[in-house]
Amino acid sequence: MRAVLRRIGTGLVVLWVAATAAYLALLAAPGSTVDTIVGDGADTPAIRSQIITEWGLDRPAVLQYLDYLWRAAHGDLGRSYLLQRPVSAIVGEQVWPTLKLALSAAVLGILLALVLALTTRRPWARRVSSTAELVVVSTPPFLIGIVLLSIFSFRFGLFPVSGDHGVAALVLPAVTLALPIAGVLTQVLRDGLDRALDEPFTVTARARGLRESAVLVRHALRHALLPAVTLLGWLFGVLLGGAVIIEQVFGRPGLGQVTLTAVNSKDMPVVLAVVVLSALVYVVLNTVADLAYLLVDPRLRRS
Amino acid sequence: MAIRPGVLAAAAFLGLAAVAAAVPSLLSGDPLAADPLHVLQAPSAAHWFGTDQLGRDVFDRVVHGARHSLAIGLAATTIAVTAGVLLGVLAGLSHRYADEAITRGFDALSAFPLLLLALLFIAIAGPGTVSLIIAIGIATLPHYARVVRAQTFVVRRAGYVTQAVAYGGSRARLVVRHVLPNVLGPVPVLAMIGLGEAVLAAAGLSFLGMGPQPPSPEWGAMLSDGRGYLRIAWWASVLPGLIVTLTVISLTVTGRHLQHRFEGRDPR
Repeated sequence: MRAVLRRIGTGLVVLWVAATAAYLALLAAPGSTVDTIVGDGADTPAIRSQIITEWGLDRPAVLQYLDYLWRAAHGDLGRSYLLQRPVSAIVGEQVWPTLKLALSAAVLGILLALVLALTTRRPWARRVSSTAELVVVSTPPFLIGIVLLSIFSFRFGLFPVSGDHGVAALVLPAVTLALPIAGVLTQVLRDGLDRALDEPFTVTARARGLRESAVLVRHALRHALLPAVTLLGWLFGVLLGGAVIIEQVFGRPGLGQVTLTAVNSKDMPVVLAVVVLSALVYVVLNTVADLAYLLVDPRLRRS
Repeated sequence: MAIRPGVLAAAAFLGLAAVAAAVPSLLSGDPLAADPLHVLQAPSAAHWFGTDQLGRDVFDRVVHGARHSLAIGLAATTIAVTAGVLLGVLAGLSHRYADEAITRGFDALSAFPLLLLALLFIAIAGPGTVSLIIAIGIATLPHYARVVRAQTFVVRRAGYVTQAVAYGGSRARLVVRHVLPNVLGPVPVLAMIGLGEAVLAAAGLSFLGMGPQPPSPEWGAMLSDGRGYLRIAWWASVLPGLIVTLTVISLTVTGRHLQHRFEGRDPR
C-alpha cells in the first residue's frame, strides 16, 4: 500500500514540475502577450488596457501562475488567444480523429508485433524480421506515409489521398503509424521471449511434453509481455508525436493540425494545453503501468 | 573478431556522409541552381536522383543537405550529452534531496513526447535551425542524464574514489580526475545511436516547416517540398527520405556494433 501511495505521489510531483516548466517556458517567450491577442485586429490603447484587465495580465506573475495551476487542476486550460474560445473546447473537438488514428495504430502495431515475435523463431526468419524492424524504426514516419500514399493511393487508387471520411481513409495513416511501433515492440518481445525460454520453468514445461507452440504462448509470452507493459508511456508519446506528422502527410484533421496552427501563430494557451495534457496522459499511463507491475509481479512488492 | 559486412557498409556510408557534410562541393554541383527547362525530370545519368519542381538537381541537394541535417543532429546531440553528463554527475554525487529534485526534473522532461516538447520550444523561440537544435537537445537530454547518474552511483562507491577522498584531494579534483573519466564510458556509443534519433527528429520537425527555411537543402524540408509533386515525381521526396533512413540505420548499426564490442559481448 505504501508503495502504491508513493508511486502516485511521485506521479503528482512529476506532473506539477511538468506544468510549471511549461508555464515558465511561456513566461520566457519573447514578445508581449497583448500583441499576440491584438493580432491584426483593431489596436488602440483602450483596447489594449481592456485586454490586460480581461486576461488578468496586470496581476503579479506569482498570482497568475497560481491561478493557472488552480484552473489547470480543475480542467480549465484557459482561452485561445486567437480563436477567443476555451482551449478545452478546441482540443475536445479535435481529439476524436486523433484518438481514432492512434488507437487503431496501437492495436495494429501490437498485433503485428505479437505475430512477428511469435512466428519468427527460426534463425533465418529472425534475421529477416530483425532487418525489417531496423529499417522501419530508422525510417522517418512521413517517408513511410509518402511511400504508402504513392503506391496505394496514386498508383492503385485503393485509398483516398487525404481527409477523414470513412474507414478507408484511416487505413494508410494507421498502418504508417503502426509500423515503427511494431518494429520496437517486436524487438522488446523477442528479447523477452528469449529470456523466458532460458528459464527453468520452460524446461519443466517441455519435460511435461508440452508442444513448443504451447510453451511459447502459454508460458514464455506471459513473461515477455511484462517488460512491454513499461513501454505504455513511450507508446503514447510515439503515437501522439507520430500523429502530428502523419495528420500532415494525409491531410487529416486532429490534434496535430491544432498544435501546428497554434505553434505557427504563437497561440500559447493551445500549445501549452496540448503539451501539458500529453504529459498528464504520459504520467497516468506510466503510473498505471508501474502499479500493474506491482499487482502482477509479487517479487516487486517485497522490496 | 570478424566485422560483419553490414557494419562495414554502414561505416562506409557514414564516412561518405561525413565527407558530404564537410566538403559537399567535392561530391556534387550547386544545390540552388534552378533550371526551368528541366523541371521534375526522372532520375537519369545526368541527374542521378532526378530534378525537383524548380529543376534543381535532387542529388546535389541531398549531398549539400548532409551538412544541414547532420550538423543539426550533431549539435543537438552535443548539447544533450554535455548537459546530460553534467546534470547526471551532479545528481549522482548530490545529497538525497538534491538528487531527488534533479531526477524528478528529468522525469518531468521525459513526460513530454519529444516532438511536442520541441514544438513548445519552437512556439516560443520561433522556427529555424538554432531553435531546432536547442529543442532536440533539451528533449533528448534526460536519456543521457539517467545513464550517467546510474553510472555515477556505481563509481562513487568504488575503492579508488574512497582512496582519493582519504588522500584529501579537493572536491573539484575528485570529480574531474576520478569520477568523470569513469562515468563517461558508455556515453560515446549512446551518443552515436542518439545521433540517429536526433537526425530523425530534426527531419520530422523540418518536414513540419519548423527547421531551416527554404531554399536550404535540408532533408526533411526537401521531403516536404517534394510532397506536392508526389503524383508526378516521387523521386523528389522519396529519395531524400531514403537517405535519412540510410543515415539513421548506419548510425544504429555502427553504434550497436560498438556497444556489443564495448560490453564484451559477441557483436551480433
